[in-house]
Amino acid sequence: MVDRIADIWGTRTPFDRGERWPVRVDLKLADGLGEGDVDRWVQSACLLCSNGCACDIAVKDGRMVGVRGRAVDSVNHGRLGPKGLFGSWQGMAGADRLTTPLIRRNGELVPTDWDTAMGAIVERSRALLADKGPLSHGFYSTGQLFLEEYYALGIVGKAGLGTPHMDGNTRLCTATAAASMKESFGSDGQPGSYDDIDECDAIFLYGHNMAETQTVLWMRVLDRLAGPNPPVVVCVDPRDTEVARHATVHLAVHPGTNLALMNGLMHEVIANGWIDEDYIAQHVIGFDELRETVEPWTPEAVAEECGVDAEDVRHAARIFGTSPRVLSTVLQGFYQSAQATASACAVNNLHLVSGRIGVPGNGILQMNGQPTAQNNREAGADGDLPGFRNWENPKHVEELAELWDVDVDQIPHWAPPTHVMQIFRYVEQGSIDLLWVIATNPVVSMPQAERVRRILDREGLFLVVQDLYLTETAKYADVVLPAAGWGEKQGAFTNVNRTVHLSDKAVEPPGEARSDLDIFLDYSRRMDFRTRSGRPLLEWTCPEDGFTAWKECTRGRLVDYTGLSYEKLRGGSGICWPCNDEHPEGTARLYGDGVFPTEFDRCETFGHDLLTGATVGPLKYRALQANGRAILKPAAYMPSHEPPDDEYPFHYTTGRTVYHFHTRTKTGRTPQLNKAAPAAWAEISSEDAERLGIREGDLIRVASRRGEIVVPARVGGVRPGTVFAPFHYGYWERDRTGPNPGEGGPDADRPTEANELTMSEWDPVSKQPILKNAAVRVEKVADGVGPAPAPTTTASRPADPSKVPATVGGPAAEASEDIRPAEESAPADRRF
Amino acid sequence: MLLPVYLGMLREGERVLGDAFRAVSTGHVDEPDVYQTCMALAKQCDAHLESLDPIIHRYGEQKDDEPDRLHAAELSETRSGPLGLLRDLQDLSLLASFVDTTYTLVRQAASALRDEDLLDHIDRCHGQTETQIAWIGTRMKQAAPQALVVA
Repeated sequence: MVDRIADIWGTRTPFDRGERWPVRVDLKLADGLGEGDVDRWVQSACLLCSNGCACDIAVKDGRMVGVRGRAVDSVNHGRLGPKGLFGSWQGMAGADRLTTPLIRRNGELVPTDWDTAMGAIVERSRALLADKGPLSHGFYSTGQLFLEEYYALGIVGKAGLGTPHMDGNTRLCTATAAASMKESFGSDGQPGSYDDIDECDAIFLYGHNMAETQTVLWMRVLDRLAGPNPPVVVCVDPRDTEVARHATVHLAVHPGTNLALMNGLMHEVIANGWIDEDYIAQHVIGFDELRETVEPWTPEAVAEECGVDAEDVRHAARIFGTSPRVLSTVLQGFYQSAQATASACAVNNLHLVSGRIGVPGNGILQMNGQPTAQNNREAGADGDLPGFRNWENPKHVEELAELWDVDVDQIPHWAPPTHVMQIFRYVEQGSIDLLWVIATNPVVSMPQAERVRRILDREGLFLVVQDLYLTETAKYADVVLPAAGWGEKQGAFTNVNRTVHLSDKAVEPPGEARSDLDIFLDYSRRMDFRTRSGRPLLEWTCPEDGFTAWKECTRGRLVDYTGLSYEKLRGGSGICWPCNDEHPEGTARLYGDGVFPTEFDRCETFGHDLLTGATVGPLKYRALQANGRAILKPAAYMPSHEPPDDEYPFHYTTGRTVYHFHTRTKTGRTPQLNKAAPAAWAEISSEDAERLGIREGDLIRVASRRGEIVVPARVGGVRPGTVFAPFHYGYWERDRTGPNPGEGGPDADRPTEANELTMSEWDPVSKQPILKNAAVRVEKVADGVGPAPAPTTTASRPADPSKVPATVGGPAAEASEDIRPAEESAPADRRF
Repeated sequence: MLLPVYLGMLREGERVLGDAFRAVSTGHVDEPDVYQTCMALAKQCDAHLESLDPIIHRYGEQKDDEPDRLHAAELSETRSGPLGLLRDLQDLSLLASFVDTTYTLVRQAASALRDEDLLDHIDRCHGQTETQIAWIGTRMKQAAPQALVVA
């Protein structure tokens, strides 16, 4: 047994380059239960990060009592991370699960029945459609539903109502991944495979604290590092993360300067001739403009702007340029920072100019933050059309109209679907009067929290919230719908590297809770949405109907699911799309042939100017004649819009801690996880702490132009001049939606939410909010009564470990490991 | 030679456009993308002006005798609300289009004069003006349905 709170990544199973990753089956059951006590095991995959680890849910007496990794699966080879082991099943079982719909009566949310709740929504919906039309409706969904549910929502919104105002919180986590792939390759679609970790000679992690965000993927890296011929690690991150500690080169750039670094790496790669001229000639366009753009970015210029050593820049570039096989992974340090799309495209550019794409060990993983974010992107519940179709291409919109049997003009395609920051602006201005929030908690997760609270509190807004628990956001709702979640419903979902898993229903949902799919189907039925031929718009009766419909939507597209079925997904490993007649067992990597989906009638976008977000448009795109070649998209570096100054002298950045997910809706209700990181903190470097007279655990105020948090200080390993705060800590445990100054209680005035400080600003192309760049000031408020409640096991570890007790989980956090040979697992590209 | 007249128009056009971007930027701070993008584009106009200076110095200043009707009108104050944003962006679009066509015509003259220095200046700046117009168009098209149908 291993304490998986203290030992996050578990026991090492070292392996050599090119070998298969050994199997290690991780298991956690409720206290006192053994494997023999379990009534049945139900196949699923974990929802508590984007990795998509396959698992079996243990069921006893109609309840979920634990979880076991699936040895056979290509994603995790049996492993699970702490959140999966403890949070996946216990997070569903909080005593305060919503079990009936709630409706606001005389200012209070009171229990009601489904008929009354849905009736109220439909009545308001119909009235608004008659009065203002579909542009009065907005939907803000999630990265937590299943594929079939997103597709249903996409059809309801786009073909039923006809509103362009649909987005997901995927906008906060993965929009830039999608945008960068669309700009570079012509379409969304992950080029790389997790198997590339097994094959590479160097791995670059750009703004990607993989050790905490995808623990199981990091186990794979750790096992390579512990074996013969380990890969060289290069880390770009302002914090002293676990990744940084394993890195040969750690580039701790100032927040907001990623693109300067990326232009510098490209400058070195070109200057040293580490490019593949044949590949460039045959498979890419735009090299001359790229070379011109990066020309000023010598290592010395990068050092000056980013606050790193010029030799380190040279060294990193040399590793990229001279390692035979290089894998790059990118996440929020790039996606939620300034010039996000341009920086993520710059990673693609490095691989394109050196021809390092689509072959074992040479890959790109533009990561996701959430387990089913990929499906939101695919199925069109966010700012995209289903099946990676191009809203600017009338043929693509006609295909959808044909598929759904609706008039083509019913589907909004006069402009890109509206991104969430703009949806909230329309709510603020009063032109969206019905906002439906599904499985997400914007009061805690969106930037500038005070503004978000004000918007949701607007008189006249009809707010519907559909979730497992009464979140901070749900407290503002007019109608709250209790949703069934993981293990309580059936559906498929797809992870970062396109692996599709089936999650079967293990238990009945609590009380009257219903699956999100059932709720959408019910709404569609009650609204009486019809096709052109007069049939009900959505005639599905079960999730599998949705999967079948989805397969038709993907036929012939890059994101081809036609070779998959629930049956095929049962029993073995998850399978990577495209999966069709040509690739019946799926496809591990894309673009190994150097042919990209940039043909005019195939591409998902005609592209954007990376500086402004101006659309390129069909005429100019046609003139580019990309015709299957990838597009090198450079951009000039622009300094951050809110640099530190005299009044606000610190960089401010936010992020995740390993023990929590998002706003802690599930992880905060999981005893082992909550105990490991029970409350908010902020991190400051030893140098800055000493200068400001701040000691470990002292209460500090961190203030920006938009708000403040008052939290204990962790004196730790963040780079000097920068303050870090974890983004998980809202107010639901205090039964409130915000700090509510003036109300009683010792913590009443104490704001803890990292987004009190962040800016309402977003990337011009991906529209991803810039949650990682702001300027703040720091002051001590009071002496501490003990160390900050931050874990000691990760990037938040204290500078002086002697003063802080180590984070451990104790007996409750013990999980078993069963290490086996690799043969029991499936490689992503060779299935049984 | 009347090229200096058009160089003067170009300078005036870039100045007015830059000021207009700044005015729209600060007039619509609650639209963060408009605020930030217009601020960045105003700086582009400033940079265009700066690199135009030596060229104007070389050719000399020359006023034209024509009535002032071809000159861009300044955008002195901005409007508010969704419709106001749309109309301000449309004003910007007109100002930017004026600069755009001026570049086109000056480039014709520069080609006839084989003035590599001027051609180089135009090739560096004109593309940015075209992108400015594309951005204004993109943003207006996004805003129009909501502003005109439901706001």
